[in-house]
Amino acid sequence: MGNLHTTGTKQALDVETIRSQFPILHQQVNSRPLIYFDNAASNQKPELVIKALEHYYHCDHANIHRGVHTLAERATTAYEETRKITADFINAPEAEEVIFTKGTTEGINLVASAYGRAFLQEGDEVLISNMEHHSNIVPWQLLCEEKGLILKVLPLKDNGEIKWEVLDQLLTPKTKMVSLVHASNTLGTINPIKNVIRQAHDLGALVMIDGAQAAAHLEIDVQDLDCDFYAFSSHKMYGPTGVGVLYGKRRLLEKMKPYQGGGEMIKEVSFEGTTFSDIPHKFEAGTPNIADVVAFKQAIEFIEGIGKSSIAAHEDQLLKQATEQWSKIPGFRAVGTAQQKVAVLSFVMEGIHHFDLGVMLDAKGIAVRTGHHCTQPLMECYGIEGTVRASFSAYNTEEEVDIMSGHLKDITNKLRS
Amino acid sequence: MNGINHIQDEIIEEFSMLEGDLDMSVEYLIEMGKKLPHLDESLKVEDNIVKGCQSKVWLVADFKDHKVHFVADSNTMITKGLVSMLMRVFSGQPASDILNCDLYFIEKIGMNRFIGTQRSNGFAAMIKQMRLYALAFLSKEKAENKETS
Repeated sequence: MGNLHTTGTKQALDVETIRSQFPILHQQVNSRPLIYFDNAASNQKPELVIKALEHYYHCDHANIHRGVHTLAERATTAYEETRKITADFINAPEAEEVIFTKGTTEGINLVASAYGRAFLQEGDEVLISNMEHHSNIVPWQLLCEEKGLILKVLPLKDNGEIKWEVLDQLLTPKTKMVSLVHASNTLGTINPIKNVIRQAHDLGALVMIDGAQAAAHLEIDVQDLDCDFYAFSSHKMYGPTGVGVLYGKRRLLEKMKPYQGGGEMIKEVSFEGTTFSDIPHKFEAGTPNIADVVAFKQAIEFIEGIGKSSIAAHEDQLLKQATEQWSKIPGFRAVGTAQQKVAVLSFVMEGIHHFDLGVMLDAKGIAVRTGHHCTQPLMECYGIEGTVRASFSAYNTEEEVDIMSGHLKDITNKLRS
Repeated sequence: MNGINHIQDEIIEEFSMLEGDLDMSVEYLIEMGKKLPHLDESLKVEDNIVKGCQSKVWLVADFKDHKVHFVADSNTMITKGLVSMLMRVFSGQPASDILNCDLYFIEKIGMNRFIGTQRSNGFAAMIKQMRLYALAFLSKEKAENKETS
């Protein structure tokens, strides 16, 4: 894709070429060039993705799967093509193991509902961690309440890593489901999920991974990980909103009940009884989000065109630069200093409310996220109300980090004067 | 009512000098917030919190000489600035004026640009709470007048 140039033996990103593919970045916000550091919430879309959406509606749209006409065939082919590419992206053994959802949240809810309701019994334990996003807490809480299950929570260390030394106490033969985030949206911590999956399997528990923050940054090989379920969202990886992916092992998906009833998911319907489609269609009731799924293919190709490891190396560099520069500002404290992190830098500034920092940075054209980041139990664990979070993508530059450093210094001085 | 409108016009005039620049407007709000009189820690209790605000806002009201007097504070500087503007407009004004006035300065200074949709709900909650105090004082005064007449 021409986004790489070689410097010595190390490949560096040609960020300017990448930036030129993102129309949204080339604008002024509050009279200043936009600096978009809210990528962990949702990142921006390259021209290819936007064009694919437009092309689909201009040329190919029809409802998929049962139409005999040409447009239905084209739309179906494009939709199923994304499924194949997604399966390759995560090294799933079969495309049928890829279910399209609305997003990571729906993926987790689907598993909690369609697997948990059918196969978990009163007294069984579900193990999560203290750094989970609300979407990987609440579905399990609801299930626990309904089925009389027990929710166990892995505690955290001060640096934002899980206290793995207590895993043996919390992961027991009673544990039937472990649901863990691959990379924390608030702390950036990358969890050593492969080890956890192995240990959980040794005790007979299944493992669901929330990969929302990992999908655009880390290599995901569901066969090597051997996870049972893996969920992620398109909109956090340069793709359209409203599309998510749930990978599940065939043997599990096959024995699960449908999540929703409706069109598409049935084989035959009669008032005496209904038989269901095979996977993945059993879990895709109703007309799906065809256009966005079709365009999602371009997002995957965008990432693969550059290479995840090159993107990650670039983002790590920005994370390192930001951490070094901002740490010099009096009162700065990073929240989440794990050894292994994705490019997320959450911080608090002593004596200054995150809300004030967020609004004042916005006035300088800088988009960051402020608040609890949908991880209230994590905030409680660290005794804070919220943080300011900057998160980086392939199109962010060192210059942007420098600019934010300057503004952070000025703003903190102003607020403290 | 003239008192309230006069203050609203003053605020509009002040903001017009900032020519709609968000950066300068936010800094101006913060400067106003810094001038807000200190609220005693003992008043920063759950009962005095204005519900619906994202940042914490404590609001206390008193009724003297037919006028409502407010004291307030917030845990964020920008909200303090917003609170201080409302205090300027409402505090020391007759309860009936607080209830019946048209708050036109909010739109005129382009408030939504600084505070966004989510936060404007909090701002509306503050205004509502101030008006509820005014209404309560007015009702109490009417009831007392009835008893004495």
